[in-house]
Amino acid sequence: MSHRDTFLHLSVIAVLFAAFFVLPAYHSGSLARIMVLAIYAMGYNLAFGYTGLLSLGHALFFAAGMYGLGLTMQLGGWAAIPAFALALVASLVVAGVVGVLALRTRGVGFMIVTLMFAQAGYLTALYFVQYTRGDEGFVIDQAARAIGPADLSSEAGRYFAALFLFAVTLLVIGALVRAPFGRTLIAIRENEARATMLGYDVQRLKWIALVVSGTISGAAGAAYALLFGYAGASFAGVQYSIFPLLYVLLGGAGTTLGPLIGAIFMFYLIDLSSGITNAYMLIAGVVLVLLTMFLPHGILGTLRKRALPWLP
Amino acid sequence: MMLSTRGLTKTYAGVKANTDVDFDLPKGQIRALIGPNGAGKSTFVGMLCGRIPATRGTVTLDGQDISRLPAHKRIAMGIAYTFQITSVFAGLSVRENLALAARRHLHSAAVVTAKVDDVLDRVDLAGRADQIAGDLSYGHQRILEIGMGLAQDPRLFILDEPTQGLAETEIAAFKTLILSLTDTTILLIEHNMGVVMETAEYITVLNFGQILAEGTPDQIRGNADVQAAYLGTGNA
Repeated sequence: MSHRDTFLHLSVIAVLFAAFFVLPAYHSGSLARIMVLAIYAMGYNLAFGYTGLLSLGHALFFAAGMYGLGLTMQLGGWAAIPAFALALVASLVVAGVVGVLALRTRGVGFMIVTLMFAQAGYLTALYFVQYTRGDEGFVIDQAARAIGPADLSSEAGRYFAALFLFAVTLLVIGALVRAPFGRTLIAIRENEARATMLGYDVQRLKWIALVVSGTISGAAGAAYALLFGYAGASFAGVQYSIFPLLYVLLGGAGTTLGPLIGAIFMFYLIDLSSGITNAYMLIAGVVLVLLTMFLPHGILGTLRKRALPWLP
Repeated sequence: MMLSTRGLTKTYAGVKANTDVDFDLPKGQIRALIGPNGAGKSTFVGMLCGRIPATRGTVTLDGQDISRLPAHKRIAMGIAYTFQITSVFAGLSVRENLALAARRHLHSAAVVTAKVDDVLDRVDLAGRADQIAGDLSYGHQRILEIGMGLAQDPRLFILDEPTQGLAETEIAAFKTLILSLTDTTILLIEHNMGVVMETAEYITVLNFGQILAEGTPDQIRGNADVQAAYLGTGNA
């Protein structure tokens, strides 16, 4: 069974690999961005889709990674790899601290507390405007955006760096959710009281899930800054906490590939509708309402329920 | 003693659910805990396994004071608990429900699978192993929850009204199952007197949050206080 999962995941990675050579430049550029956003949503999915932790503050972790990399490269003159490592540590620490405090609450309380932490993070980015340049943001020098000979600001460099990170995240999460650890997270989502009364330390497991989730989200933020050469406070705003929730709900919460499907769908929905009218958010909104009405489990979630029960 | 309590008390906003309960359960015994509705039975076992924090008093498991431990640590020390209102993982398969129960203390995948297969046979759910637990009938969900207790290999198995809502044939199977658990100490909250009299070696009667009487089934059957408490006559 797990061979089938791995095969499916590897196939998706292979298709994304081939897509670069087939698609026109505009779409492969979009796809690079979508893959980074999908990494973000995969991180979010681990907390929300698998563990049942509805966070409204993941932009904080995304921004911790983005600024962790952006500021150290731009102000500290660090190279890409150590800056990326620091970004991971930064988002891990932020998620660890937020987790300790926010997990004392549950349900709506947890949503509000995570939202407040993220707002505090957003305001902090605005407050230190001399370093972050606030909403306007700052550009990361193109020359620095390279790993050895690989130029990450080039089309191919950006695409394959995004694909590499996406592939690693997908395979890690695919293995994680099949492992006893991931299945215990699902048990917590399904029935927390029962999981406790089977002897599982639910509080600790939720914290670990949130830390891993926040760190993956931070990796996405760092990758975004590195590949697209920009870091700004708008990525710390509430909108960027809602995006991964939308991607995951659309694609299918608690499915490994749902975040990718949701991110592709949302990206092209906005892209296509903005080509038709200025009121593109209206079209996007109506489509989202219809989708949640008729596919409450998301695209892959519904597919799994109706036709493919083995879908990871 | 497998389990002892001293002075165990629970007060809800001034209302006493349990008052100074001193209770001893020897190793290997099947003990029934009975009493009229509202006698404090569920609160009492909730305090034993840590779901309900005690207002005061101590709980000792096999000589170790567990009064201050959270529920999951007490469970990990070898207690299994089934809820009064059925509580399974409704969205997961029967097999996965049992595997979750087994996996916490068994670490190799092969051993977990063997354990799950063994339990499936013992509770007669092998034919439904791949069904989603939430799709099972109420009786089968109850039996699954008992199976989850078995999969934990508990030293002390606490069952809160396990036969409620079971059919006669299922109750008969339950009695056989309980009597087959020779290495396990069992504490059974039960309203069905047939089940109590046929399985319990010893009975504790709670009334108004306190122990009213203890004894063998025959002693309890003949106890005037117990009859009064149940029938509401006399001087209870």
